[in-house]
Amino acid sequence: MSSAADYPTIVIRPRVGFGGVHPRELWEARFLLLRLARRDLTLRYRQTALGVTWVILQPLLAAGVLSFVFGRVAKLSGEGVPYFALTMSGYVGWSCFSTIVSKASSSILANAGMISKVFFPRLLLPLSTVVSTLVDVAVAVVLLLGVLLITGVGISVKIFFIIPMLVGFAFIAFGIGAAMSALAVPYRDINYVLPVMLQLLLYGSPIAYGLSNVPSSVRRFIDFNPLVGLLEGMRWASLPGRDFPTSALVRSVVGGMVIVVIGLLVFERVERDFADVI
Amino acid sequence: MAVRVRDLRKSYILGKGARANTLAEHFSSKLRTLGKREQRETMDALSGVNFEVARGEAVGIVGRNGAGKSTLLKVLTRVTSPSQGEITLHGRVGSLLEIGTGFHPELTGRENIFLNGSILGMRKEEVQRNFDAIVDFAEVSKFLDTPVKRYSSGMYVRLAFAVAAHLPTEILLIDEVLAVGDAAFKSRSISKMKEIVHEGRTILFVSHHMPSVVELCSRGIVLDHGKVAFDGAPQAAARVYLDTLASSDLRSDDERGRRRGTGEYRLARFEPTKEGFTPDEPKTFEFELDHIRDLAGDIAISAHVIDESGDEVVQCDSRAMGVWMNGTQSARGELSIEHPWLQPGRYTMHIIVHGITVTDSALSACTFEVLPVYPFPSLVDKWSTGGRVLSRFDWKAESTQDRRNANDALGATAPKEIDRT
Repeated sequence: MSSAADYPTIVIRPRVGFGGVHPRELWEARFLLLRLARRDLTLRYRQTALGVTWVILQPLLAAGVLSFVFGRVAKLSGEGVPYFALTMSGYVGWSCFSTIVSKASSSILANAGMISKVFFPRLLLPLSTVVSTLVDVAVAVVLLLGVLLITGVGISVKIFFIIPMLVGFAFIAFGIGAAMSALAVPYRDINYVLPVMLQLLLYGSPIAYGLSNVPSSVRRFIDFNPLVGLLEGMRWASLPGRDFPTSALVRSVVGGMVIVVIGLLVFERVERDFADVI
Repeated sequence: MAVRVRDLRKSYILGKGARANTLAEHFSSKLRTLGKREQRETMDALSGVNFEVARGEAVGIVGRNGAGKSTLLKVLTRVTSPSQGEITLHGRVGSLLEIGTGFHPELTGRENIFLNGSILGMRKEEVQRNFDAIVDFAEVSKFLDTPVKRYSSGMYVRLAFAVAAHLPTEILLIDEVLAVGDAAFKSRSISKMKEIVHEGRTILFVSHHMPSVVELCSRGIVLDHGKVAFDGAPQAAARVYLDTLASSDLRSDDERGRRRGTGEYRLARFEPTKEGFTPDEPKTFEFELDHIRDLAGDIAISAHVIDESGDEVVQCDSRAMGVWMNGTQSARGELSIEHPWLQPGRYTMHIIVHGITVTDSALSACTFEVLPVYPFPSLVDKWSTGGRVLSRFDWKAESTQDRRNANDALGATAPKEIDRT
């Protein structure tokens, strides 16, 4: 046994005001973070008949339906590329965003038993959904590359820039998901509101259509959507002949940071009572 | 010094104002209380707890249900934050608050060991280092790659305990884990805990089982009504604990709020007819039931006699004797227990009132004493009165020929009765 000085000293006091996020605490719990993400993945694909096939089918089916409705039925312009490639390039970013938001927001309630019994940085729960979603995102990216090659659009070196874009999607999704996961503890209605909001956002963002198809009167509202810059960034990186969406991306980055800061503040404010309320 | 708790308070908000479940409720309650100062009733689970624990000390924390034990552990493990006061911990804290936390039925034993270990705060290398020891202790080596949903409940509990027992933290909090598993596993977990205590780690042990507190701990703290009622030798703590059990008023709101049950019927009184009984006389008790709301069907009452170790000696359920009471009126009556002869000592009664569901569960509704008067005709010392209970018995014996001498003593004297005095 080593001397008392070697032991970490922990002081527990009543929590008032903003306690802040503790990066060191999160870092020390990284093993748990990976374990939780791994559990999430294992459980998702154990006991499903098609198993991993779903990861491949899901984005192809979703992007396929959107392409059919907007490209074939509504006959919108594909902005110079096959419509499926246009949709797929946006959908990869969107699926990263929406998967994280919906999984993160249920992460606290789904683990209520753990929260009322053991201490660990609560933020790990929404954070672990980000980690486990990365696997799906990687698969979706491979599919996007396949679609780009098959439809004859081709791939350029710019494609590497979809990585920072996807990080941006994950970042904003984490901010929203963390806030929602905490708010869902005292207010269960979050579970009903969120799917509707995601549905609205899916059609309110240039995913299944190009920004050039949006009438200028509506453009002003769409500019407030922080996903627009990232979606345009995705398209700039994966499709040829597009301008770098500088101002939209700046709006995305600023908007994203605001969302994450507010999200963490909300999480932290609600989190301290979790064990008493859950 | 490993743990210092200073003026620790924890209050909970009670009643309707406590929380809204939907946003609509939240806003409507905000509107109603607009302009008024919010009237919030609070309940103090802990009201000013102070104590220190030295490094390597094993301290038992006892107290009846609702005395604040679980809240104290929750605050110590940072599951919930205190309302006031300060706790200083030197060293990492591990807890066996509820074993098997985070266990997932679909995951295999191996996966659950890693997941549960990391939830409890172990590092990856620490789980790996202890992996074999955990598997050995739990005796599940053959089933490591089987999902735990296929485990028997015994295997599940053993694995859960094993992971927690191998926590390498300097401070360990243990709550009631002894209440699980079969007898053999209980004794193995006790010896594992002794081992942990002897490793020089600091232990806070919460239990209702007085013998294990006395056996494992060098000190006992009794909590009552959120305060430290006693702090000292474990044997003395066990006695103070039994006294706090006896001093409760069954009718008080405070006491009733603590009890579980649907509440149509509440136990109002349950008392022995005498302060002390001799072991062999019938133990009689009188009871009254308050009718709060109507209940469809009849009600029955069940008494559980608990000895000082916390073990149930006998259960007396009125259903077994075909005695039921009308579900729409208050009631009173009497219980008489003739058998078995109880060992001298202090006993506690748990009383359960039930219709189709349990309406009132009054743990420790009363205590009674069995006097150290032995109902045996002959002088005995305590070595001749062992066992969980005493019994009316008879011995008959006679002398027989020694087998050694049987051959050369053919046709010897007839056997005669041994003189019993």
